[in-house]
Amino acid sequence: MNETEQPPAIAAMQARSSETLHEMRISMRGVDFFYGSNQALKGIDLDLPNRQVTGMIGPSGCGKSTLLRVLNRMYDLYPGQRAEGQVMMDGINILDPGIDLNQLRSRVGMVFQKPTPFPMTVYENIAFGVKLHERMSKSAMDERVEWSLTRAALWDEAKDRLNTSAMGLSGGQQQRLCIARTIAVRPDVILLDEPTSALDPISTLKIEELIDELKRDFTIAIVTHNMQQAARCADQVAFFYLGEMVEVGSATQMFTAPRQKRTQEYITGRFG
Amino acid sequence: MADVTGHIVKSFEQELSRLRSLITDMGGMVERQVALACTAVLERDADAANQAVESDPQVDALERDAEQFVIRLLALRQPMAQDLRHIVAALKITGELERVGDYAKNVARRSIVLDQFNLSPTLSGLAHMSLLVQENLKAIIDAFGENDAEKAEEVWRSDEAIDDIYNALFRELITYMMEDPRNITPCTHLLFIAKNLERIGDHATNIAEMVYYAVKGEPMPEDRPKGDSSAYAVVRPRE
Repeated sequence: MNETEQPPAIAAMQARSSETLHEMRISMRGVDFFYGSNQALKGIDLDLPNRQVTGMIGPSGCGKSTLLRVLNRMYDLYPGQRAEGQVMMDGINILDPGIDLNQLRSRVGMVFQKPTPFPMTVYENIAFGVKLHERMSKSAMDERVEWSLTRAALWDEAKDRLNTSAMGLSGGQQQRLCIARTIAVRPDVILLDEPTSALDPISTLKIEELIDELKRDFTIAIVTHNMQQAARCADQVAFFYLGEMVEVGSATQMFTAPRQKRTQEYITGRFG
Repeated sequence: MADVTGHIVKSFEQELSRLRSLITDMGGMVERQVALACTAVLERDADAANQAVESDPQVDALERDAEQFVIRLLALRQPMAQDLRHIVAALKITGELERVGDYAKNVARRSIVLDQFNLSPTLSGLAHMSLLVQENLKAIIDAFGENDAEKAEEVWRSDEAIDDIYNALFRELITYMMEDPRNITPCTHLLFIAKNLERIGDHATNIAEMVYYAVKGEPMPEDRPKGDSSAYAVVRPRE
């Protein structure tokens, strides 16, 4: 079989599923990205279905983390970096220069590889971001903190130490605090950049369970080097290589019968 | 065709080829068992019958080995994509081969009973059928060993011929029984022997579907044209 040709059964399955597919939260079309003169993303077309988890996999330097940074314009902080193309969210191209970045980042939250709690109390870590976007009473803020910590599966462990430093939490707890902080501003989309690579296996499973919970309310994109993690967490998986998106499909299809030879070689450990 | 690029972890590559040879070895053993059983029936060879029966525990032991090996691979390697498909196919194929071995043993045992009768009916249909079944069994084990989806599809299609012979034999044997009640015992055994061979053919087509999926990543495109129609067959004595 030609490597770019789709087997008819899979094509039919995709046609069926696209009819019933959830609406798209974010639609990327022809997205290019440049670090100076170096092009890191080439013509990416990818949709993030609403309230689903999209896993992004690929070898180091393939552009998957760069793509996450495009989705909340994180790259704007660095001169010489620019994105071209379309990233549509609710009818607006978020790559437009005129867009309000603070508002964008409150709608598209991000969690990084290493837990990055602020050097403040657990409570303040969450309230800090909320205060930037909303005015509210103390009791409403208390509620929001509890809601966020509960949704991030940290409430039971943290409720008696809300006023102690967040730096005293374990790595796994710190990462869940960062997730609580992200969801506290009630974003639409959560971007997770290798969120468990610094965590032990049990903390990792807690985060994965949390992702499963959170997708009821949020659209999630996760970059991971751990193929089993992508298989466990993601509904849709996209494989990137050398700045291009080689293939996207359901997690089941990608891990049982990928269509492209390069995808197959990568996920079975035959790359190179 | 599955790609031939080696795995980065060489020991995993070695384990995958060891699994492949476990299955082809088991397949070879079952092939011999079926050949012995057919010889036992067609040539009235009691030694062959005994050998076929006696080799069954070895086949069962190989099935257990393959099963253990697959469980270990799944637990330790967490295979994906074509590796996963091949490992799961290997596990299922051992089950199919074990059943084929059981049918061969059953054929061999019945051949010993048949030996006590003087058979008037000709065995040419059965001889032809046994040949086709053995060809298909060999071809499908080769197809697994060589990752050959096209060969698997050929085996899958050619099972129809085996079913046709079986359906004809069914009628033929019933006719012999109606002609002379003394034929009833040997013909009933022959009917079971034919049915066992027909079932071996069906297991070969099951394996064909597994090989096809393992190689291509998609199921075989269509349903098999037809199978054993003897379930609806009626043969009435002449008035």
